[in-house]
Amino acid sequence: MTDLYKTQRAMRAMRQAALTRGVIAVLDVGTAKVACLVLRFDGPGRGRETEGVGPMAGQAGFRVIGAATTRSRGVRFGEICAMQEAERAIRTALQAAQKMAQVRVDHVIACFSGAAPRSYGLAGEAEVLGQTVTEADIGRVLAACEVPDFGAGREVLHAQPVNFAVDWRSGLADPRGQAGSRLACDLHLLTVDLQAVENLVHCIRRCDLNLAGIASSAYVAGAASLVEDEQELGAACIDLGAGATGISIFMKKHMIYADSVRMGGDLISLDISKGLQVPMATAERIKTLNGGVVATGMDDRDMIDIGADCGDWEKDRRTVSRAELIGIMRPRAEEIFEEVRARLDAAGFDNLQSRQIVLTGGGSQIPGLDGLAARILGPQVRLGRPLRVQGLPQAATGPGFASVVGLCLTAAQPQDEWWDFETPAERMGALSLRRAVRWFRDNW
Amino acid sequence: MAGGRPGHGRGRVSRGAASGAGEGHGIFGPGNDPAVALMVALGPAPARGRMAGVLRVPLAPRDPAPSRLTYRLHRLWLTPLFRAVLKVGLPAYALVLGVGVFLSDIDRRAAVTETFETLRSTIEERPEFMVETLRIEGASPAVHAALAAEGPGLFPVSSFRLDLTEMRARMEAFDAVERADLRVLPGGVLEVRVTERVPAVVWRSPAGWELLDGTGHRIAFLVRPEARADLPVIAGEGADGAVPEALVLIATAAALGDRLRGLERIGERRWDVVLTRGPRIMLPEAGAVTALERALALARAGDLLERDVAAIDLRHAQRPVLRLNPDAVEELRRIRALETGAVRR
Repeated sequence: MTDLYKTQRAMRAMRQAALTRGVIAVLDVGTAKVACLVLRFDGPGRGRETEGVGPMAGQAGFRVIGAATTRSRGVRFGEICAMQEAERAIRTALQAAQKMAQVRVDHVIACFSGAAPRSYGLAGEAEVLGQTVTEADIGRVLAACEVPDFGAGREVLHAQPVNFAVDWRSGLADPRGQAGSRLACDLHLLTVDLQAVENLVHCIRRCDLNLAGIASSAYVAGAASLVEDEQELGAACIDLGAGATGISIFMKKHMIYADSVRMGGDLISLDISKGLQVPMATAERIKTLNGGVVATGMDDRDMIDIGADCGDWEKDRRTVSRAELIGIMRPRAEEIFEEVRARLDAAGFDNLQSRQIVLTGGGSQIPGLDGLAARILGPQVRLGRPLRVQGLPQAATGPGFASVVGLCLTAAQPQDEWWDFETPAERMGALSLRRAVRWFRDNW
Repeated sequence: MAGGRPGHGRGRVSRGAASGAGEGHGIFGPGNDPAVALMVALGPAPARGRMAGVLRVPLAPRDPAPSRLTYRLHRLWLTPLFRAVLKVGLPAYALVLGVGVFLSDIDRRAAVTETFETLRSTIEERPEFMVETLRIEGASPAVHAALAAEGPGLFPVSSFRLDLTEMRARMEAFDAVERADLRVLPGGVLEVRVTERVPAVVWRSPAGWELLDGTGHRIAFLVRPEARADLPVIAGEGADGAVPEALVLIATAAALGDRLRGLERIGERRWDVVLTRGPRIMLPEAGAVTALERALALARAGDLLERDVAAIDLRHAQRPVLRLNPDAVEELRRIRALETGAVRR
């Protein structure tokens, strides 16, 4: 745990260095595409100067100066499966973005969707040392949280305090300065497979870049596509990616649960490819241009050329009705949503007052998908698009870019994490020295 | 993983064609295998076509990813310092180095200087820029002759080498010239417009007779002062420094007509008016004109100038003094004695 603490603090220091320099890249390593944005931080409100939520919720502090997208390679289910290929894809995106920005980027914040994220809710308690709660008290209460045994080969990706309580007064977002004698906190811990993280880190190191932060795609997609009241009242963001479907539940502006289903849009394309006997690229194209999940009478007469390039006239002139295509796509979409439903049920999503569901990600562009989701997940479903940030190209404003835009927002306005607070001296084993220093400072 | 195959295939094709062309001169050389000999016999062009047809491989899609080296070079290129050094520093260094190396040899430096000088004189000595003649306007014959003597040694000269300021200073150094305007006119003419000084007074200086203008500047020495009898005369040391005042006094004294002989500067500070017969009028340092007008008024009223007076002393404005001649003093005393009844001794 101490090792992780140091690693995360190092990444945090690097992120602050990048914000001071003013240029940072954000990278979304997805299954279908690798998207990279280069951000320039300048002007007032650089970094986190203001307390709380600043004007424009932190979107005004930066500007996108470079954007590039490339087809992803070597990534399956949101995890890197072929290092060389993935590295090349990342390099392509980074070089194109740097070329557009005409700036050399040294720091990158990355996100990925796979690696089986798992959520834990932690609680901790500590006595307040002085009259009022200080940052050191918060550090101590966070350190006092009882960490469950999440097993070997897992790594903590996010550890965010979501709630504080001072002497039975609960629901405090920021307890600093409050008078009390007992401080309790709830911590949301998200763990992922260590190997997936290590692979990503290795790929980014191979591109001569410093990793200044790493995030879960489900979390950042939610941060980008849920509007403020949804984040406050409670909502789930379903990020329908190509390889994995991310689920994140937000309440009181904090993520309280995240999960990922290892099924996505690629699976639908695969079904089409198998069902119609066409190559994967053609299946993807047919899905994008003619796909749907709700068939009508008109769709029986809507014939689609599926074609081929084999030289056999009969095979090259094949057609299929749109109803048949929908018949292939719909069961798979239902299966994905049922799996999502199971995860939401396990998380207790039904207990929230507002059961808003927001669909985002590239897969959410299939026509009629929101109606299908409403039948399976619950009545309040809407299609979400990421927030508009300054300088973002028109081509990168679609729902498929929710996670990369969310990464921009979290880079500009990062959520407090456990490692953002000073760890108490007991944990560092330097208590006596700290006391000696304090005594010296108090008496001289 | 891809990328190696098509290149390899193309390499083989080109190598086969190149060897076919290369072996063309040595058909009967040792070690030629029959295939090459056949290829040479058929000629290189059809051979290349046939080989290419056999070995053509479908091209794999190009890898869009930049190689690691390309990526690193691109990043290096985007580094501001490196970019500045490469775009500004290196060319500047190369330029300075090149010029320095070139000029380090004294012969080359001399050659460059000579080339430059030749080029310069070629341009300067074009006929359009040459000045051939001197034209003097507005000068009296004597001055004209003096100024014209400057020209002949100078011409022909390029107008670039002509130092008009210096020439002007030299021409204005002549006493008789007040102002000289020099300009180069088209057609190779250097025109000098001369404004001569106008003689105002004749000064009997310690050195001799001099002709002065209105400001007191010398125009010429006079050998025969009676040649300029039309001009008033001034005398005394330092008289040339107060010529404007003298001219005003002379104008004031115009009423005296030809009785005025001239003005004399006394002690380099004040004027005396000298008349042909009659008293000398001694004027004060300040307010000389007023004092002279007063003396003239006195003269008109009391016919003073016709009497036997040696000097009218007006140096003190409150106390004008008349100095009589010795005979007149005697006469005055006699008259006073008669009036008082005193016995003349």
